[in-house]
Amino acid sequence: MTDTTGAGGTPPGDDRPDPSARRALRRRRARSVAGTFISLALTLLGLLLVTFIIGRVMPIDPVLKVVGDRATQAQYDAAYQAMGLDQPLIVQFLRYIGDVLTGDFGRSISTGQPVAQDIARVFPATVELAVLGTLVGVLIGVPLGVMAAAQRGGIFDQVARVVALVGYSMPIFWLGLMGLLIFYGNLGWVGGPGRQGIIYDGMVPSVTGLILVDSLLAGDWAAFRDAFSHIVLPASLLGYYSLAYISRMTRSFMLEQLSAEYIITARVKGLSESAVIWRHAFRNISIPLVTVIALSFGSLLEGSVLTEIIFSWPGLGSYITRALLSGDMNAVLGGTVVIGVCFVVLNLLSDILYRILDPRSK
Amino acid sequence: MSAVSRREWLLSDAPQTRRQARLGAIYQGWLTFRGNKLAMLGLIILVLLIAMAIFAPLLAPQSPYAQNLADRLQPPSSAHWLGTDALGRDILSRLIHGSRITLFIVGTVALIAPVIGLFIGTVAGFAGGWVDQVLMRITDIFLAFPKLILALAFVAALGPSIGNAVLALALTAWPPYARLARAETLTIRNADFIAAARLQGAGRLRLLIRHIWPLCVSSLIVRVALDMAGIILSAAGLGFLGLGAQPPLPEWGAMISDGRTYILDYWWVAAMPGIAIFTVSMAFNLLGDGLRDVLDPKGDKS
Repeated sequence: MTDTTGAGGTPPGDDRPDPSARRALRRRRARSVAGTFISLALTLLGLLLVTFIIGRVMPIDPVLKVVGDRATQAQYDAAYQAMGLDQPLIVQFLRYIGDVLTGDFGRSISTGQPVAQDIARVFPATVELAVLGTLVGVLIGVPLGVMAAAQRGGIFDQVARVVALVGYSMPIFWLGLMGLLIFYGNLGWVGGPGRQGIIYDGMVPSVTGLILVDSLLAGDWAAFRDAFSHIVLPASLLGYYSLAYISRMTRSFMLEQLSAEYIITARVKGLSESAVIWRHAFRNISIPLVTVIALSFGSLLEGSVLTEIIFSWPGLGSYITRALLSGDMNAVLGGTVVIGVCFVVLNLLSDILYRILDPRSK
Repeated sequence: MSAVSRREWLLSDAPQTRRQARLGAIYQGWLTFRGNKLAMLGLIILVLLIAMAIFAPLLAPQSPYAQNLADRLQPPSSAHWLGTDALGRDILSRLIHGSRITLFIVGTVALIAPVIGLFIGTVAGFAGGWVDQVLMRITDIFLAFPKLILALAFVAALGPSIGNAVLALALTAWPPYARLARAETLTIRNADFIAAARLQGAGRLRLLIRHIWPLCVSSLIVRVALDMAGIILSAAGLGFLGLGAQPPLPEWGAMISDGRTYILDYWWVAAMPGIAIFTVSMAFNLLGDGLRDVLDPKGDKS
């Protein structure tokens, strides 16, 4: 899935480059960068086409939603024309692209606000959750995967396998409910649904939109602890799913490295096992690992939809779902485009990072 | 023919007929599969699930729709093994009938998506040139989309119902199959037997259908088996959001959603369907792993 661009690029030879070869190399690299951006533009265009088509096929009459069902025919026609629905489809599509490029997703019917403004308000909550979830996944998943590969068939390997199997089989919204039941309902260890306790609501001035950061900036420790107690459960839940994925990928990357000849050389030289694993093998997997982590972050943005519903988390996921249930199509499509763009950009970023970090691709 | 000789016949090094060779290969695959205890466990669970779906009316102690408000939110007991929900309906009966819906959704998606993918992937790989470019670009666009969000948007546009949920899941699930089928096609496109068939006068369509498709199928099957669990989870997610099966249908995801309101006091309403979903998708995962070892021995066995 990483290779959406298809631009693997042949690694240039390692012979001493004379000026003309270097120029050719630079041209090739420029072309590959240009190719990446063209394919990015095409993908984004396709993404907009899909949301445009979805917006067209829906059975809900968008005009009726705006004017209400007691409007006269004249009012209806006026709104119909004002929304540009009398234009040819291609013109409508081009206008849609223009609107989206200028950050105009239309107005949300349920909140009455421009969709872009709504999304800007709710998006930080989702990002906060996904960042923390990825953090959990990386901090536990990477060491677990490395240990599992180092002692194949050992205790860590078994743990990693069970973690992955459960992660791939458990419905996330159910696990969230059970987590709420046990840790909030029975044990009272964590805060309940929502992002903050009621008394802290609106107490911290919003600077970044990330409550944990904002409360620290304000120096409000009580608010920070409250926010932390609310985020810890949903974040570890998302983190678990990212952990299942990351540990599995780490394990298979490590296994590949550990069977390479340079590892045998390192062992023959008499290096300690931990030096072999961490200084030799792990260093080589850190680059593909970056790609995996970027991808898992993207899937957490998406996976947060169900989690946000369970924990009444005021993020993009609950925004889209609520809009969906009330037939608020502008909000749904706006949110879809934003998440889609995040996905594509993350893919691209991990591609670029790969190229920067991997000396072989230079 | 006694059992021993039948086994020898199946494992013969020198099969006399094509049929014997084919059955022998299947038998050897089965032997490998049977050695994998976890995969067998998955298979057994799934066979039980299918039996449960077929005999649902006989097995269920009550009707899945029969309401009894006097008995609402009863904890698990000898009268109601898994308790009752907010309308006094027997949860066990609803779970048993719900297995039909689950199997229907998974089965249909698992039929539609790989077929779309097989078609697009093989045509792209076989035709090459601009057809390949266009088809693969479309595939990439769908891959770039987050799946669940896309499915949500589809269902929102088409209206929530079980059929539309199936459609949305299938429309978001095909791209990986197209990629896989294309890759397989590229490796066999220039094989000698294709050239031979072409020299015998086989048209493009015949080459595609009779010679390329059959060779792509086994890797697609493995992929489908591994994807089944994901399909179940996505379907349950849609149901949970109220976008899949509509009430009063006993869909497992929707049942969890019903129990959500009462989670702190009446935990079993939401817990039981979740356990059912977990069991079934785990069975599919175990089965998929086992099938991969049999059908795709070169794949990684981690």
